[in-house]
Amino acid sequence: MAAATASRSGLRSALPLLAPAYLWLTVAIFLPLSAMVFFSFMTELPLSGRPWAFTLGNYAAFFSQSLYLTLLLASLRLGLEVTLWCIVIGYPAAYVLAKVLKGRSREAIFLLVILPFWSNGLVRIFSWAMVLREGGILDTALNAVLPFKINIDLMYSYPAVIIGLVHSYVPYMVLTCYLTLQAIDDSLIEAGRSLGASRLQVLKRVIIPLSMPGLVAGAALIFVPVVGSFMEPRILGGRTGTFYGTVIEDQFVAVFNWPLGAALSFILLAVVLVILAVASPVLRRAA
Amino acid sequence: MATTRILEWLGRIYIWLLLAFLYLPIIIMALMSFNVSPFYQLPFEWTTEWYASLWQNDQLIAATWNSVEIAVIATIICTVLGSAASLALYRYEFRGKKFLQALLFPPIAIPWLITGTAMLIFFFRVGIGRGLHAILLGHVALALPYVIVVVSARLQTFAPELEEAARSLGANQWQVTRRVTLPWIMPGVIAGGLFAFAVSFDQFVVSYFLATPGQTTLPVEIYAAIRKGFTPEINAVSTIIIVVSMALMLLTARFFKFGGEK
Repeated sequence: MAAATASRSGLRSALPLLAPAYLWLTVAIFLPLSAMVFFSFMTELPLSGRPWAFTLGNYAAFFSQSLYLTLLLASLRLGLEVTLWCIVIGYPAAYVLAKVLKGRSREAIFLLVILPFWSNGLVRIFSWAMVLREGGILDTALNAVLPFKINIDLMYSYPAVIIGLVHSYVPYMVLTCYLTLQAIDDSLIEAGRSLGASRLQVLKRVIIPLSMPGLVAGAALIFVPVVGSFMEPRILGGRTGTFYGTVIEDQFVAVFNWPLGAALSFILLAVVLVILAVASPVLRRAA
Repeated sequence: MATTRILEWLGRIYIWLLLAFLYLPIIIMALMSFNVSPFYQLPFEWTTEWYASLWQNDQLIAATWNSVEIAVIATIICTVLGSAASLALYRYEFRGKKFLQALLFPPIAIPWLITGTAMLIFFFRVGIGRGLHAILLGHVALALPYVIVVVSARLQTFAPELEEAARSLGANQWQVTRRVTLPWIMPGVIAGGLFAFAVSFDQFVVSYFLATPGQTTLPVEIYAAIRKGFTPEINAVSTIIIVVSMALMLLTARFFKFGGEK
């Protein structure tokens, strides 16, 4: 009876609870995104009273100069590599947390893994500079231990950007995978084992499929911001750190070509949406 | 059995290696904030000079307070609005519900660079402008979907029969929510709140585009400092923040279990 009443007056009862959250999202996310699409077709921003007109020129700029496309591909590759490293490093850790550790030590270590996440992302990126540069900590430590002289100067290189980004995002992967792994009933694993499956088979047939939503969610949470990253490549990549994101940043804070920046942003958005659409079947199954 | 033992020990060792990877730079950063050399030169010589000069740096202190204030307000708003929305999505069936749930995805999925620049353009155009209020507006929007997703995930493990049972025992809707549903989803609400705080406090990209020279947050200030030339003062303020946030998290962990029920 109560359930029937609830579903009949569904939207009316739900609305007061939903409206504040969705209004906020509309004002701060959906309207701005729509406005950005609009501005990307303009010659000038209609702010200063300067004349403006509609144009496709901002998009033409993307397709006529191979630089933008090259940078976009470089950013996608960066996103892919960082995501893969996060899976390789984060998934086993999530498994150990969910299935090996118990009680208070699990709580403590879980907390330790997600704590860095609370510290400042920028500083964590920059702290790698002290580790990676020539004459930095890594260099000094290795030379103190090794009998021969080596020079570690990873600073301002592609690997430095990868290391910094993996360090920033791997807690996401541990978190999402941990949540799904923890929900797997241990008796399922035991059942598989007692029916004669090897550890590897249980992993492949039971654990990985059941934790797939966590893996995909983690991958999406990591891939997308990495493709749009600009601060990390700027700080750790130096000269080699020019990516699609840094070019967009320049349009807004250095060159002040907002319409071109909006067009470049929108192209990135389109690419991201296509990739997420590909991943969404798995995510929908999770929801 | 022996193999299981060995694998478990390997697992433990692995976790410690991961922690080393996560904490190595943070520890080095903290150490360097106590090092005499402003260029992070070794050998290490102890000093608290950078902490002393920190208190002279009004700009940095102001930015830190801005960050804390915005994160706290954003967390409160997100937790309340987010929990309400999650409950509504869980409890009621209506047309367009799937669509509303799908709408939560873009703010999480779209890179902050895109969202941030879009907010900049839009806020500028409609007169909201830039500054702390704009940053708060943005942070809440960014963190809200996280809260809704986390709380909803917790609600998935909730047995609706419990609500039914409470109702049949004569509890009204508010009592059911307060006595049955809320206590159950509390870990999710706390986790969501922590998420919101982290998203806001750590948020650089969106703040960067919405900040003005006078109204800025710590990450924006730090980015500017890095580009001007990094100083150990930044290490010092970051070390303080890490210690404070860790203490806060540990305190929270005393009251709420993070690692699930088992």
